[in-house]
Amino acid sequence: MSNEGVDQGRRKFLTGSMVVVGGVGAAGAAVPFIKMWEPSAKAKAAGAPVEVVVDKLEPGQLLQVEWRGQPVWIVNRTKPMLDGLPQVRERLQDPDSENTDQQPEYANNEYRSVKPEMLVLVGICTHLGCSPKFIPEMTAQPFDSDWKGGFFCPCHNSRFDLAGRVFSGVPAPANLKVPPHTYLDSSRLLIGVNPEGAA
Amino acid sequence: MKRTIVKGRVLVSSALLALAAAGAVIAAGDVDLDHAQTDVSNIAALQRGAKLFVNYCQGCHGSQYMRYSRLGEDLGLTEEQIEENLIFNDAKVGDVILSAMDGADQQVWLGAQAPDLSVVARSRGVDWLYTYLRQFYIDPSRPIGWNNKAYPNANMPNVFWEMQGVRKAVYETHEKEDGAEEKVLVGFEQVTEGTMTEEEFDQTMLDLVSYLEYLGEPAKLQRESLGIWVLLYLALFTFVAYLLKKEFWKDVK
Amino acid sequence: MKEANGPVVRALSDGLSWVDQRLPVVDAWNKHLGQYWAPKNFNIWYYFGSLALLVLVNQLVTGIWLTMHYKTSAAEAFASVEYIMRDVPWGWLVRYMHSTGASLFFVVVYLHMFRGLIYGSYQKPRELIWVFGVVIFLLLMAEAFMGYVLPWGQMSYWGAQVIISLFGAIPFVGEGLAEWIRGDYLVSDATLNRFFALHVVALPLALIALIALHILALHEVGSNNPDGIDIKKKKDENGKPLDGIAFHPYYTVKDLVGVGFFLLLFAFIIFFAPEMGGWFLEHDNFVPANPLVTPEHIKPVWYFTPYYAMLRAIPDKLMGVLVMGGAVMILFAVPWLDRSPVRSIRYRPMLTKVLYAIFAVSFVWLGWLGAQTGSTLQTILARVFTLYYFAFFLLMPWWTTMGETKPVPERVTS
Repeated sequence: MSNEGVDQGRRKFLTGSMVVVGGVGAAGAAVPFIKMWEPSAKAKAAGAPVEVVVDKLEPGQLLQVEWRGQPVWIVNRTKPMLDGLPQVRERLQDPDSENTDQQPEYANNEYRSVKPEMLVLVGICTHLGCSPKFIPEMTAQPFDSDWKGGFFCPCHNSRFDLAGRVFSGVPAPANLKVPPHTYLDSSRLLIGVNPEGAA
Repeated sequence: MKRTIVKGRVLVSSALLALAAAGAVIAAGDVDLDHAQTDVSNIAALQRGAKLFVNYCQGCHGSQYMRYSRLGEDLGLTEEQIEENLIFNDAKVGDVILSAMDGADQQVWLGAQAPDLSVVARSRGVDWLYTYLRQFYIDPSRPIGWNNKAYPNANMPNVFWEMQGVRKAVYETHEKEDGAEEKVLVGFEQVTEGTMTEEEFDQTMLDLVSYLEYLGEPAKLQRESLGIWVLLYLALFTFVAYLLKKEFWKDVK
Repeated sequence: MKEANGPVVRALSDGLSWVDQRLPVVDAWNKHLGQYWAPKNFNIWYYFGSLALLVLVNQLVTGIWLTMHYKTSAAEAFASVEYIMRDVPWGWLVRYMHSTGASLFFVVVYLHMFRGLIYGSYQKPRELIWVFGVVIFLLLMAEAFMGYVLPWGQMSYWGAQVIISLFGAIPFVGEGLAEWIRGDYLVSDATLNRFFALHVVALPLALIALIALHILALHEVGSNNPDGIDIKKKKDENGKPLDGIAFHPYYTVKDLVGVGFFLLLFAFIIFFAPEMGGWFLEHDNFVPANPLVTPEHIKPVWYFTPYYAMLRAIPDKLMGVLVMGGAVMILFAVPWLDRSPVRSIRYRPMLTKVLYAIFAVSFVWLGWLGAQTGSTLQTILARVFTLYYFAFFLLMPWWTTMGETKPVPERVTS
């Protein structure tokens, strides 16, 4: 064995080529394994848009439906409930919904909804994923003496008002999420789809 | 294409007839099968096959592992096209393709549950399916009124009788080695004309069998086209490895 | 390139020496790769060891990914495999990699074992390597058998039924043992669950441990070669065998070529013939398990068929089981059955070469017979070949000493 007369340049080039070709192959081989963790066709089918009939919903009531395995709340807010919203403004982290990830543009308004009374929210706390409780009574609560109705998360005491806006001084970092939704007509609501023409 | 109608050869052994009498028996091995020249890359044929499936098969058979949405992706159909052409019940596009009739009802009406057809092309093979679908004949001795040469005493009527026309079996009597006589089914005789010619019907069944083959393994559509690229890559890999080996082995005297 | 190292290289080398002071990585590298002196005359037969390792890694990785979607229950197993084949993105590819890998594992291992046989690699001082190898083969058979049960098709079910029933042939305890293995009066959900646990956890762990021992024992005594010469007898002044070359880089780059060709075959099967005409994935296994209906022709997957043919050739339940088990167990004794003064077939008498050739043909033929329905002629053939199989090993102490051996050269031939 001897290393005399070896073309080191050629050897380095071929070694480099092998590393590049092998690396491309390894990266390609990794693709199926990474993709295999993505939602399956079954999960996607279960995550299809959900149609809800909302005209039977009494004022002040909450209807919970499942969309993508998550609770989605539809609340028919009463006039007093809507009037209560500005009263808690001072105590909120993001009263004007400046965090635009938390609602589609068509729900970025005073009431965080398309129709003022109809609130549609993903019922998952933005802190660590628990599902908050709906406490519509506008009376003092153990956790808040000046409660104007809203949602209270039992896991870590985060509070949200009746537009899903988060209070200051609680662990949750953002307002409750408004899912994409569309009114097909006056009574039918489709959750999971943006209205035509909306982003 | 081999034809086995009327003038057909002696295909079925005495053993098969004995088995036939014994009832539901898988006899695939004993039947001379017609070759099904399927082509799953022929999307138009798969679309026709899918339509045949939902119109003629789905009444009794489901394909519980296949989703309508997958059909859409693979056969180039939009959601609207699927809903219009393929869904005849209240199923959603993401749902699996289930039979219209539930298993318990089938047990009562047909005497057996119609098997799920998701992977039937993989267990039976396309040749068997192609042969089976074209070998029905009327048989008043069967409760269902139909019999099948490829699968004697199958509990399935000829759902394609309007296309194929009604046929009856033609028998020949042979003398066995031990002198006993036996009746052998040698072919078919047309009783009423169908809406299709024989060639048209064969082609239609070929579409259906192609669809069943696709249904057995939808990944086949991607598998072979991706395979070419993988093999090309591996050829390059091997070539570079070979050069590298040759280079290093210059040291070894 | 300049001699002076950049800061990155220096940091890396500092890092390495920090680790090396605490863990013998450099030592291990040198012992097993950088200064592992392998004979320079390896031929094509010597690819299969590293290829077996490659397939093992493939089986482990794809297997782990499959368990993420597979459902271990008699009610859901079959459907979950179809779910992997259709609904899970790329699931079909990973499943075919696993099912094809299982068959190719045996292709590679059978060739690897035959290599050991023809070049006398089990002879002193490599007996222990061979013994570990036979244990690996046994574990691999158990692993493959249990894995084949998991898709819960008709062949899975009835294959399990037949193989477990073999234990019933053991006098007195047999029936109780078979029931204990099944955990039920028939193959059932309980059986599926324990097979899953063994297939994905226990047996892979045992396999990895045994493979580590197999390689450690090999690197202790050094590799054999097609000439069967001990290269350690002729060393240079540094103690390096004259006919030895460093495993890395010479055999790592050479094995890469083998890997390339092997992967071409592997990919061809996966993408163009994953069922391999019913040999790798059997047609009847696309019918869900049904405890009430046995398929017409039940046969094991191809890699078990030689032993299955032996089982069927014996017209007695207990004897059949003993013969089948003995056919594998007898491999353990090979290092002590072979009395030939030379290792490699190259320097052995013509008689030995003929007997080896007949052995290879009869083993493959047994494999074919095991997949057939078993006509009278086939049964007779299977008996002849079974007899030959056992005679080949049991009479080894005699025939290996017969005939004239050729002189073994001092140095390896190229």
